[in-house]
Amino acid sequence: MSIYQENILEHYRHPRNYGRLAAATDRVTVANPLCGDVICLEALIKKRILWEVRFSGEGCAISTAAASMLTEKAHRRRLKPLLGLTKNDMLKMLGIELSPNRLKCALLPWEALLKLIGNGKY
Amino acid sequence: MLDVSAIKKDFPLFAKNPSLIYLDSTATALKPQTVIDKLNEYYKEYSANVFRGIYKISERATVEYEKTRKLIAAFIGAEASEVVFTRNTTESLNLVASGLGRRLIGKGDEIVTTIMEHHSNFVPWQQLAIENGGVFKVLDVDKEGKLQSAVTLDEVITKRTKILAVTYVSNVLGVVNPLKKIIARAKKINPRIVVVVDAAQAVPHRLVNVSAIGADFLAFSSHKMLGPTGVGVLWGKRALLTSMRPFQYGGEMIEEVGIEKTTFKQPPHKFEAGTPHIAGVIALQEAVVYLQKIGLESIEKHETELVKYAVDQLERAFGEDFVLLGPRENRTGILSFSLKRTHPHDLAQILDEVNIAIRAGHHCAMPLHRRLGVAASARASFYLYNHSGDVDALIKGLQKAKRILK
Repeated sequence: MSIYQENILEHYRHPRNYGRLAAATDRVTVANPLCGDVICLEALIKKRILWEVRFSGEGCAISTAAASMLTEKAHRRRLKPLLGLTKNDMLKMLGIELSPNRLKCALLPWEALLKLIGNGKY
Repeated sequence: MLDVSAIKKDFPLFAKNPSLIYLDSTATALKPQTVIDKLNEYYKEYSANVFRGIYKISERATVEYEKTRKLIAAFIGAEASEVVFTRNTTESLNLVASGLGRRLIGKGDEIVTTIMEHHSNFVPWQQLAIENGGVFKVLDVDKEGKLQSAVTLDEVITKRTKILAVTYVSNVLGVVNPLKKIIARAKKINPRIVVVVDAAQAVPHRLVNVSAIGADFLAFSSHKMLGPTGVGVLWGKRALLTSMRPFQYGGEMIEEVGIEKTTFKQPPHKFEAGTPHIAGVIALQEAVVYLQKIGLESIEKHETELVKYAVDQLERAFGEDFVLLGPRENRTGILSFSLKRTHPHDLAQILDEVNIAIRAGHHCAMPLHRRLGVAASARASFYLYNHSGDVDALIKGLQKAKRILK
């Protein structure tokens, strides 16, 4: 089965929450050393709620779709359940089977989110 | 053009996977049956250790092992005693950086390399400069990806430049560097400069003669020239090899070991500590024989024609969306490119769905990609088992990718 399913392509063509967030309280950049892709995640966090989140940077269809889906899910959510998101949740959300090399693409936005709100910061 | 359908019959991978279009020989080449048979022959008939045994099968293994050394030496116009077997090109380069570089580079001494190097001919020198307080300098490329002119060379290389590390053929741009000219110029500025050439992408694809180039060291890998993985070659001038410290210590490389001190064998064995990849070295013979049977000049010509055809067809199919990395002329069968508004990873993935293998990423050349202002590129590379039909399939596959990703 191709990993380029319609839902992935739809998010890739029309990514949600793409762009910069001037009012951001938190910012993080992560890179995929395999391809040199960089994703920047910016968020407005107040009272342990992620009020708004945007992503920017250039990525492949998989990482763009993953970032789009994840930010859509994370929007206006409390941090606690977001911190509990797992790799499997990400893969379930994408609904495709990925080779080890492409896994990194799919998980990059999730890594960025954990870096943004994790490490005991909140 | 080469008779590709006949050549493909020599590569059993195509029998198992007849629809495969393999365009990643820059990463590693496929293996002909003769190489595989030679590996098996060693394991089946004389799989003894080399040098040590006083019995027939060990002696046969030693003879075969050393036969490869002679063949490789003749292949690159060198002496057998100057040919060291390593694990790969990376190890060959690290061997020089460690065995010679550490002693040669003092505070303020310069090491010059180029922005187009594979990480393996970049990072060892960068780290050596950091460790020894040396100065690490990088020759730039022009817009087309060619090394800049002699003027720039004169500005970067000085009397204090002790080492020049340069690639023969860029693994991204496919550009062939005018080594003879560059090395002559460098040696004019500092006659004692040591020139280390990464020839991993040259030796499998064109006739290489070490004395004609004027280098001091030359490194390449077996697996990119149809041979087994796990075997690399380092050629070095005898006087330099003799003056160098061993790379690793242990078996095979010693003369005499006492409690106080140890004396080492002469090169090349001084640099071959421990049991080597005996089967791999022996089977490399067959790769050399195969390449010589087809002829390096014919292979070079075949690849040049294929890459020219590919560039023309890609331009015709994709117009301005097709962005070629590197110059149009003076290049080998390596073709790195991007298609506007698509990511190389997606291209490679969609091509894989139709059984076309290309590479996507930075190809172990991050400084070059940064210099060219791209995060990653797609790379198709051609070898003796590719033909124009592969190019046509590549274009069809890319058109499919474009449709999906639009």
